[in-house]
Amino acid sequence: MATVSELQVRTGRRAELALLGVSWSIIVLARALVDYHADFLELRTLGIYAGVAAALMLGCHLLLRRYAPSADPVLLPAVLAINGVGLAMIRRVDFGYAQYRGRDTAFGDAQIGWTVAGVLLAMAVIFLIRDHRLLRRFTYTAGVVGLVLYLLPLVPGLGVTINGARIWIDLFGRSLQPGEFAKIAMVIFFAGYLVTNRDTLALAGPKFLGLRFPRPRDMGPLLLVWAAALLLMVYQRDLGASLLFFGIFLGMLYVATQRISWVVTGVAMFGIGAVLAGTIFPHVRARYDAWLNALDPDLYSSGTSEQLVRGLFGMASGGLFGTGLGEGRPDLVPYAESDFIIASIGEEMGLTGLMAILALYLILVQRAFRTSIGVRDGFGKLVAGGLGFALALQVFIVVGGVTRVIPLTGLTTPWLAYGGSSMLANWIIVGLLLRISDQARRTTAEVAE
Amino acid sequence: MNEPARRLSVVVLVLFLALMGAASYIQVIGAEDLNQDPRNVRTLYREYGNFRGPIVVDGEAVVWSEPVDDPFNYQRSYTQGSLYAAATGFYSIVYGRSGLEQTENALLNGSADALFWTRLGNLFAGEQQQGASVETTLSGELQAVAAEQLGDQRGAVVALDPATGEVLAMVTSPTYDPELLASHDTATVNANYAELLAQEDGPLINRAIAGDTYPPGSTFKLLVAAAALEGGYTPDTELYGPQQLDLPGTSRTISNFGDAECAGDEYLPLADALRISCNTAFADLGMSLGWGVLERKARDFGWDEPLEMPLPVTASGLPESPNESETAMSALGQFDVRATPLQMAMVASAIANDGVLMKPYLVDTVRASDLTVVSQTEPEEYRQSMSPEDASDLTQMMVGAVADGTGRAARIDGVEVAGKTGTAQTGQDTPPHAWFVSFAPADDPVIAIAVIVEEGGETGSGATGGSVAAPIARSIMEKAIQLDAEGDL
Repeated sequence: MATVSELQVRTGRRAELALLGVSWSIIVLARALVDYHADFLELRTLGIYAGVAAALMLGCHLLLRRYAPSADPVLLPAVLAINGVGLAMIRRVDFGYAQYRGRDTAFGDAQIGWTVAGVLLAMAVIFLIRDHRLLRRFTYTAGVVGLVLYLLPLVPGLGVTINGARIWIDLFGRSLQPGEFAKIAMVIFFAGYLVTNRDTLALAGPKFLGLRFPRPRDMGPLLLVWAAALLLMVYQRDLGASLLFFGIFLGMLYVATQRISWVVTGVAMFGIGAVLAGTIFPHVRARYDAWLNALDPDLYSSGTSEQLVRGLFGMASGGLFGTGLGEGRPDLVPYAESDFIIASIGEEMGLTGLMAILALYLILVQRAFRTSIGVRDGFGKLVAGGLGFALALQVFIVVGGVTRVIPLTGLTTPWLAYGGSSMLANWIIVGLLLRISDQARRTTAEVAE
Repeated sequence: MNEPARRLSVVVLVLFLALMGAASYIQVIGAEDLNQDPRNVRTLYREYGNFRGPIVVDGEAVVWSEPVDDPFNYQRSYTQGSLYAAATGFYSIVYGRSGLEQTENALLNGSADALFWTRLGNLFAGEQQQGASVETTLSGELQAVAAEQLGDQRGAVVALDPATGEVLAMVTSPTYDPELLASHDTATVNANYAELLAQEDGPLINRAIAGDTYPPGSTFKLLVAAAALEGGYTPDTELYGPQQLDLPGTSRTISNFGDAECAGDEYLPLADALRISCNTAFADLGMSLGWGVLERKARDFGWDEPLEMPLPVTASGLPESPNESETAMSALGQFDVRATPLQMAMVASAIANDGVLMKPYLVDTVRASDLTVVSQTEPEEYRQSMSPEDASDLTQMMVGAVADGTGRAARIDGVEVAGKTGTAQTGQDTPPHAWFVSFAPADDPVIAIAVIVEEGGETGSGATGGSVAAPIARSIMEKAIQLDAEGDL
C-alpha cells in the first residue's frame, strides 16, 4: 500500500479547492463591506452574488479536474481574488459617483458580466485546446492577426478616439480595444518565430566589445517590431501599449536566445525612439513633464499632471491601513474605476491592501515562469514565459505610472480595472497558462512515475 | 531556455520591488506633505466629518456646527455673522478659512496637539473626534454699539482693555455674513463669493487689522508728544506755532486746520498745541526732535512689527530716512506714516495703562469638548512705551483735548475722557479720513479705543475726526463705562 501511494503525484486539485474557498471568502467579504458602508447591504442580493461566484468557481474546478487535472492550483484562485477585489472596488466607485457626484454609473454590474464571460472564455480555451503545441501551427497567422488587431483602430470609420488615444474600434455600437487581444496573438507569433529561428539569432553575428551582435538580416523582425511600436506610439497616442508590445518582444527574445546583446540593442533603440518622440511630439513631452514635476502648480492647474497628482493625494490619504472600504473619496480621482483603480485601492485599502494585490500579481507571474521552466517544449516555454512577462510588464507600466516610477501611460490593470476587452483577453491568458501548466506538471508527474 | 527565464523572473521581482517601494514612499513618507497640500480636498472633507467646536462671545456660541444629512456631515452656522465676521472669519468648502476659523483651526477641528488626551479618550469611548470651543475676549454689547455707530460708513473700530490687552470690540465696515460662504452647495458659495469680491468697498477686507493701513493724521501727534516728554519737554514748554510754517527745502508751507492761528504771538505750550491740534507747532517740534527720535518712539508703541493676536495684524509703517520737510509731514501723521486702527488703539491703551503696552489678544479660553480648559491666555506685557510720569502728563493733555479742544464731541457727563482727533488727508479731491483715539475714564481707564471713518463717511469733505469719529468713540465708551459699573466688562 505504502509503496503505491508514494508513486502518486499530487495534482494539486485539492489545494486548489481550498484556495478557491479562500478567494471566495475574499470576494464575498469585499462586496459585503462595500454594500454595508454604502447602506446597500441586502442579504438576498449578496447571497445571489456569493452563489454565482461559488458555482462559477466550482464549475472551473470540476472542468480542470476533468480536462487539465495537473494544472497549476494557484493560478485560478489568485486571479479570482484580484478580480473579486476589483469588482468590489468598482462597485464602491459607482456608489461614490452616485453619492458625491450625482453620476449614475453601473461599471460594477457591467464588470460582473465581463468577468463571467471571461471565466467562461478561459474554460472554453482549456476545453478546446487540449494541447498548447497545436497553437504553433498558427505562428504566422497569429502574427498577421496580431498586427491587424493592433492597427485596426487606425482604419478610418472603424477606429474611434477616446480620451486622446486611438486604440478603440466601434463594433456594433460597442467600443472594443483590439490591442488587448493582439497582445496574446503576438506572444504566440513571437514564440513560434523564435523557437524556429533561435539558433541563427543566438549564434550568428559579429562580436563587439565582448558582446555578440546580431547580423543585420536577422535583425529584420526586431526592426519591424520596433517600427510598429513607434507607429503605435505616434499615431494612436498609446505609449503604454507600445512599451508593453516592445518589452514583451525583447523579453521573449532574451529567453529564446539568452543574448544580452539583443536586450541592450533593443533597449537602446527604444530609448532613442522615446527621446525622439519626446522632442518631436508635444503630447509625449507633456507626459515627461507631468512625471518629473507632477506637483508643480502650473502643470497641475493646466491639467497636465492633475490626474496623476489626484491619484497621489488619494493614496496618501489612505496611508498604511487605508480609510476602509467605502470610507474614502476615490471619486475625487478621474477614472477611479479604470486607469486609476490602483489609487482607489491604495486610498481605501491602504498600503497593506495595495501590497497584497501586488503580491498576488507577483505570485501569478512567478507561477507563469515556473510553468515556462517546467514545460518541456520550447514553444510552450516561450508562450508561458511571454504571457507571464506580459502580465508583469503590464502591471509595472500601469502601477508604475500611477506611483510615478515611470511616466503615466494608459493601460489597464489586469482583472482589476474596469474594461471588457481587457477582462476577456486576460482571462484567455489564464486559460492558456492553465493549459500549459497542466502539461508542465503532468510531464513532471510522468517522469516521477 | 530555463536559465534566461529564471533571470527574467528575477528582473520581474526587481520591477515589483520598485513598485512596492514607490507605493510605500507615497503612502507613508510622502503622505504627510501630500495630505497637507491645499489642493487635496480630502483633508477638508475629513474635517467636515468631525464636530467642529463653536466660537463663543460672552458665553454664547456665535459660530457653531450642527449635524446635517449630507457628505459633509456638519453645517457651520453664524448668528449675527456680519457683526462678528472681522473676528470669526469664514469657513468654506470652496474658499478655505479666514479669521479665527483659520488661526484656531487645529483647536476647532480637534486635531491640535493640545487636544491629544481628549482625542485618545474619544477613541477609547468609541466617539468621534470633537473640536474645542474658542471663547473670545469680545464684548457682544460693545461690538454691537460699535457696529451700529459706524453704520454704513466705511471704516473700523478697535477697542482694547488697556490693563490686559483684551480686544473688547473689533468692527470693520462694510462687512459680510460668513453664512453666505458656509453653504455646502459649491455653486451658491461661488456666486456669493464672486458678489462679495465684486463689491467696490471690499467687505472681505478686515480694515481693523489687515487693510491697506491708513495715514494716522493728527492722532500721530500723541507719539510726537510722548517723544518730546521723554526728551525733557513738559506740557508747559513753549512751542513755535506760527500761522504758516515754511517747509525747509521746498516752496511749500504747512498751515493749520482752516488756516487758523494757534496763538496770538506764535508761541504756545505743548499741552495747548495738542489740545487744539496745532499743525505748525508739531511740525516744528518734529523737526527739532529729529526723525530718529520719532521713529524710536513709534517702535516703542509697536510700529513696524507684525503681530499675531492670533489673527495676523499688518505691521504699521514708517518712512525710511525722511528729510527735514518729510519729517515735519510725518510728525503730522502724513507722508509715509501708516497705521492700522488696532495700532492706534494700542497707542491709546499704552498711555492709559501708565505707559505699559499690553499685548492685544482675541482668544481668552479654549475648552475641550468635556469643558476642561485647554488653554487660557494670560495678559502679557508687550512694550514699555513710555514712563508712567510721561503717560500721566500725556493723559492730562488728552483730557484737555476732550474737555476744551478738538475732541469736545467725545465728552461724557461726569467722566473724564482722554482723547485725540485726527483728520488725515489722502489726496486733493478725496475727503479726509476721520480719526479718534481715546480712553476713559482718564484716571482709571476701562477701555481704550480707536475709530476711523474713511473719507469723512457720511459727512464727506467737511468731516473732521472731532465731528465724525469722536461721537462714535463716545457712545462706545459710555457703554463700556456702564457695563463696567454693572460688573459686566
